[in-house]
Amino acid sequence: MSTTSALEQTTLDELAEIAARYPEKRSGLLPMLHLVQSAQGKVTPEGIQACADILDISPAEVSGVATFYTMYKRREPGDFHVGVCTNTLCAVMGGDEILARLQEHLGVGNDETAEKREGDAHTVSLEHIECNAACDYAPVAMVNWEFVDNLTPDTAVQLVEDLRTGKEVRSTRGPRLCSWREVERVLAGFPDGRADEGPSAGPSSLVGREIARERGWSAPPGAASGTTGTEDLSASEAAAEADTSRAESETVEADVESTVEEPSDD
Amino acid sequence: MTDTLTPVLTEPWGVDRSWTREVYESRGGYRALDTAFAMSQDDVIAAVKDSGLRGRGGAGFPTGMKWSFIPQDASTEAGRNPKYLVVNADESEPGTCKDIPLMMANPHVLVEGVIIASYAIRAHKAFIYIRGEVVHVIRRVQNAVREAYEAGHLGTDIHGSGYDLDVVVHAGAGAYICGEETALLEGLEGRRGQPRLRPPFPAVAGLYASPTVINNVESIASVPSIVGNGAEWFSSMGTEKSKGMGIFSLSGHVKRPGQYEAPLGITLRQLVELAGGMRDGHELKFWTPGGSSTPLLTAEHVDLPLDFEGMAGAGTMLGTRALQLFDETTCVVRAVLRWTEFYKHESCGKCTPCREGTWWLVQNLARLEKGQGSEEDLDLLLDQCDNILGRSFCALGDGATSPISSSIKHFREEYLAHLTHGGCPFDPARSTAWASSQQEVTA
Amino acid sequence: MTVSTSSTTGGEPRADLVTVTIDGVEVSVEPGTLVIRAAEQAGVQVPRFCDHPLLAPVGACRQCLVDVPDAGNGRGFPKPQASCTLPVAPGMVVNTQASSPVADKAQQGVMELLLVNHPLDCPVCDKGGECPLQNQAMSNGRGESRFAATNGTKRTFPKPINLSPQVLLDRERCIVCQRCTRFAAEIAGDPFIALVERGAQQQIGIAEDAPFYSYFSGNTIQICPVGALTSESYRFRSRPFDLVSTPSIAEHDSCGAAIRVDHRRGTVMRRLAGDDQDVNEEWITDKDRFAFTWAKQDDRIGYPMVREDGVLRPASWPEAFAVAARGLAAAKDAGGVGLLPGGRLTAEDAYAWSKLARTGLGTNDVDFRSRPLSAEEESFLAAHVVGSGVEGWKDGAVTYADLESARTVVLAGLEPEDEAGTIFLRLRKAHLAGPLRVLAIAPFETRGLTKVGGTLLPTAPGDEPAALSSLLGHADHGVDKDTIILVGERLGLVPGALSAAAELAAKSGARLVWVPRRAGDRGAVETGALPGLLPGGRPVADAAARVDAAAHWGVTSLPEAPGKDADAIVASAAAGGLSGLLVGGVDPDDTADPAAFRAALAAADFVVSLEVRATDVTAAADVVLPVAPPVEKAGSYVTWDGRVRPFEAVLHTPAALPDCRVLAGISEELEALGRGRRLGFRTVDEVRAELGQLGPWDGEAPAFTPVAPVTGGGEGLALATWKTLLDDGSLQDGDKHLAATARPAVVRLSPATAAQVGVADGASAVVTGDRGSLTLPVEVEASMVDGTAWVPTNSYGTAVLARLASPGSRVSVKGADQ
Repeated sequence: MSTTSALEQTTLDELAEIAARYPEKRSGLLPMLHLVQSAQGKVTPEGIQACADILDISPAEVSGVATFYTMYKRREPGDFHVGVCTNTLCAVMGGDEILARLQEHLGVGNDETAEKREGDAHTVSLEHIECNAACDYAPVAMVNWEFVDNLTPDTAVQLVEDLRTGKEVRSTRGPRLCSWREVERVLAGFPDGRADEGPSAGPSSLVGREIARERGWSAPPGAASGTTGTEDLSASEAAAEADTSRAESETVEADVESTVEEPSDD
Repeated sequence: MTDTLTPVLTEPWGVDRSWTREVYESRGGYRALDTAFAMSQDDVIAAVKDSGLRGRGGAGFPTGMKWSFIPQDASTEAGRNPKYLVVNADESEPGTCKDIPLMMANPHVLVEGVIIASYAIRAHKAFIYIRGEVVHVIRRVQNAVREAYEAGHLGTDIHGSGYDLDVVVHAGAGAYICGEETALLEGLEGRRGQPRLRPPFPAVAGLYASPTVINNVESIASVPSIVGNGAEWFSSMGTEKSKGMGIFSLSGHVKRPGQYEAPLGITLRQLVELAGGMRDGHELKFWTPGGSSTPLLTAEHVDLPLDFEGMAGAGTMLGTRALQLFDETTCVVRAVLRWTEFYKHESCGKCTPCREGTWWLVQNLARLEKGQGSEEDLDLLLDQCDNILGRSFCALGDGATSPISSSIKHFREEYLAHLTHGGCPFDPARSTAWASSQQEVTA
Repeated sequence: MTVSTSSTTGGEPRADLVTVTIDGVEVSVEPGTLVIRAAEQAGVQVPRFCDHPLLAPVGACRQCLVDVPDAGNGRGFPKPQASCTLPVAPGMVVNTQASSPVADKAQQGVMELLLVNHPLDCPVCDKGGECPLQNQAMSNGRGESRFAATNGTKRTFPKPINLSPQVLLDRERCIVCQRCTRFAAEIAGDPFIALVERGAQQQIGIAEDAPFYSYFSGNTIQICPVGALTSESYRFRSRPFDLVSTPSIAEHDSCGAAIRVDHRRGTVMRRLAGDDQDVNEEWITDKDRFAFTWAKQDDRIGYPMVREDGVLRPASWPEAFAVAARGLAAAKDAGGVGLLPGGRLTAEDAYAWSKLARTGLGTNDVDFRSRPLSAEEESFLAAHVVGSGVEGWKDGAVTYADLESARTVVLAGLEPEDEAGTIFLRLRKAHLAGPLRVLAIAPFETRGLTKVGGTLLPTAPGDEPAALSSLLGHADHGVDKDTIILVGERLGLVPGALSAAAELAAKSGARLVWVPRRAGDRGAVETGALPGLLPGGRPVADAAARVDAAAHWGVTSLPEAPGKDADAIVASAAAGGLSGLLVGGVDPDDTADPAAFRAALAAADFVVSLEVRATDVTAAADVVLPVAPPVEKAGSYVTWDGRVRPFEAVLHTPAALPDCRVLAGISEELEALGRGRRLGFRTVDEVRAELGQLGPWDGEAPAFTPVAPVTGGGEGLALATWKTLLDDGSLQDGDKHLAATARPAVVRLSPATAAQVGVADGASAVVTGDRGSLTLPVEVEASMVDGTAWVPTNSYGTAVLARLASPGSRVSVKGADQ
């Protein structure tokens, strides 16, 4: 079990700083609890008391909030917290199988941390999560709340092994993965400078746009073209961009039905 | 005749570094802001009203009308109170996956929309409440807000207009219910995300008991294009009462799942064809038009217009245009049980019907899925739904009943098959994303 | 003073009422009335659990769903509506379960769902028999459980958990209606319990290491609509249908809270809040609720005793009366008899003491104030207090309702949450409802003050007169005729403070009210248990008043020599002046000088004690006469607002007599000795009748004699002290669970003072005064005035007057290790 260190003054100052972002300080509670998790690895009684003191509310009120939201943990997760979506669509698409495989591979139940093996660089914890708004990439897992899209049982096992052994892993639609505690700090509103990592969008996000480009479809011309169309881009830029997107795409088959009926008006 | 697909919001997503201010501005970004500042606030509201934009978060309430409800009469207390704009970026409805890629790829269009909307309702503080489980999206929006401040799009005297606005990016912490707007306000006020009594409505007493507009990400992101191109431009797309473009999210057993931005009123048949059809050798069995809370439909409904009226006419809702498609390998009972478990997990606990009802529904469904029980249990399920629907405090309880009652309506025989089969007659392995390719390999 | 409880309500038709039709019956109600309450007026009880008329609507349980075919605008609601959150509208049509199948089905559905996770342990549940859920399920629920029929699995919890040492929670019974959490947050302002977890796991909880330490926690048990909340004291002790319930009045403060006392076979099992909208609404303090076992302790005196050969031995009542009368008669002859009735008597009993002093023992040496006192206070009581209030004849009565409508309330020498809980709750209610401004002249901002949104006017002990005077025309804190000044009994100890308060009231038009601590204080003032006052506010110094009282009493004259106050009685007895003492319910450690009091007991030739339980007084007495605790007698308390609160005996214990009966027995023996006149009554009813006959004095009230403030501090720190609600008081004996919820004793210092004396927050410090030293943990309090130390007067081990310092004296503080 990892030990929890006391909240440092800098953290207490940052907690107060979060509260000060809002017209009424209690609004800071959710990000403040994220910061407590970043500092202490979980929501601790000490962290609850610190939030209560800063916000002039009772520890019970903080506790009520801390136990309502599922991202707040009472046991510290691993360095990498893997959440496999098992809501209906992902489950049907294989999320159930992925979760079962990972549970077996890691030897853990829900919301547990796998044993750190000799030589492992990092720990991994596992839980099943609800829909994380990535259904077009099903089945999906989140690692420290970064997307890992289009998993299979095998790639999922490879993923956790890479995480455990310390290989650098990138989110399929995001940056190099950082630790759970580091991510919690971002959620508290303290950016980590990784916003510019990763692509603009994953391949599934672009399929409609690509079809439209291929077929020359667009929204009607408007007064301010910049916000609607692609006129500012040269044709070659657009083509290059489309190629790039397609190259990144693994799951999408390129040949689309060439004849598409116009929408009926009824 | 507008084109079948009309990428507006999704258009910049493929552009390199599309999330940066530099790219956004190079493509005309933040120009609608000046157009708006040249208009009176009421004219901005009128333009959004005239565009016919209806809320893209599921309920479809006219956005301009929502803005016009904000009391501006300084002779009343509500009119004197500060106004707030809150963006609902808590995208969590199962199947819904449009706002997340939008904010990841083009956060500045959201920021620009926030500024215009805040200007229109005379708010000087706006909040973007993003579900916490999408940290990279949060990074991108945090970054966009920072960049917007640096460029003078946010802060004091924006673009020399004399208008001031501050924006706070707020990370949630894991609660589907916070997509409900008053629960979201509770979360934003640092409380448990449990819905509030209405009245008072947020337009009068929302955040900090002050007049508040809560809009979905896509709604707000649509505003710059409406202001920039005019209301008529927007309303030239879509159907009579469902105007404009919207992002349709296809997921499941379709060849090319993803985001398709099209005028409202497109049909599922059109979308599935664009997506290359269902998986080879499989056919559509059932689908949700707008997430799991919208009663599910079947293959016979694929030619209905995907607009508010078309879906209402079929006894369901357009919702968030979250089209989850399932082919014939999928057990509807398993699917519905899993959704019901979701509602049980996400029930906030405030009211009896939802809290206790979902607890019981899961047990009944689980028995049926295992082939236990009797046909009478289907009637019991429907009666339970009747005791929850319209009796709960908020729409979560209603949503929990949708998959059950609609699936029993369309697939009663399949439920009964579980009883006669003594369990689920389906092989879940056949539904997985890798099943078809494996089959093809072995075939 | 007359004993009556009548209240009047107007009955004129009102044009502004809203008329709605409920189940076909038209009712007209106040605008804004919730449908659920309009239905009550139409004679329909809509079932409900989360709804409570004194709590903000929440709409959580959904039990009260009704059909609304017309919302008043011609359109109906498509779905059933929660009648607890829906206000009436003109022309609205509502159909409840009584007339609407839709509403009935909706309610049945909710009831079925409520029972899904509710254990069927009614036979072992404390609430069984008085449980709204049980009753509702029995009357409206299904006969058979479909949940059970489908092999449903109930949610279970390990049970129970302690929310506090007193309040327990059985989570599986809870239907999370939020009554308790709303009470804690709204009414008490103590949000130490909260909803935790969510969904079906949602439950009431506390934070780790932060129990539900609220002075009002017991109310949550009472309003819990199921058996989820129970008290350690009552849990598993009784069944509702075995209990006999009697309405009564709480004996712990001057608030007069209505209570209900439930007993079984001669033993009180529990106490509940009574329902009195004019006084305590539906709430009581935990002291009023749980502190009743004090009357049933092992040291309860069961029979009269007389001292023989230096030892107390049992005696019959006639013998005891006779011995007491003989001894008192002798003492009267020797040096006189002083009477110290104490502040906890009923008005009827206090009247008997007052009358016995004058007609039986021929003296005005009677004073109920067996605690620190001042002459200024007595003058104040005679001029400004006696006869005032709800049932008095003077103008300017201030009521609980007035506290709600006042614009400003000034607190001086009074900490309502500790000393008058019902006042605290009213102030909080007013604060939440509107713009009430509370100003506290106090040494620090208490939790209670924070909870009423009050403003502290930081004032060191002794500086209260200046603080009060400063309020006249003060730019920020000015007071006016819409102001009520509540002065606590403690203020009388500060020379010039009551004078300043009276002057402030006179000049500003503000109304001034005295709030004593004990239930019997105000009644004792009204009945003349004071050296300078006869019953009904008749001044001893006024010959006409004496004649009037004498005429009523059928005696030719009354003693006219000014009486001694309690301090003087003690001093005189100790010095060999007074030779007899007749002592009521007095705790020596409560008196201004406990050592002197004990010395007086020792020095007096003859001491008669009227007590419930053995004390230092009974140990020193020559005759001990066991008297009934309030639960075993009828009587009346007069509240701080001059309201007479009569109650009848709950338990009928033949051996326990009220003071008036005991004093009547002594008086009859005195008369037999030819040494006085019998009281002329024996029963409480006879006293009430006599009091009614006597009535108030209609002559001039004596003028108040102002006292000048004393300036200048002296060495060391000023000592601020008062009694916390829960402390070492003997009327809280016997409930260890209650005691465990008391606030721990500390010495409170300002940051500067703590630094100056070299102690840190949480450290142990020694406080030293002229009577000794106490060792206490330090609490550094930011709002505390400098140069002052606050110590609770009588918390566990901190009997300040006995062990630390004399009233008004100064103390020093140093680190325990220094």
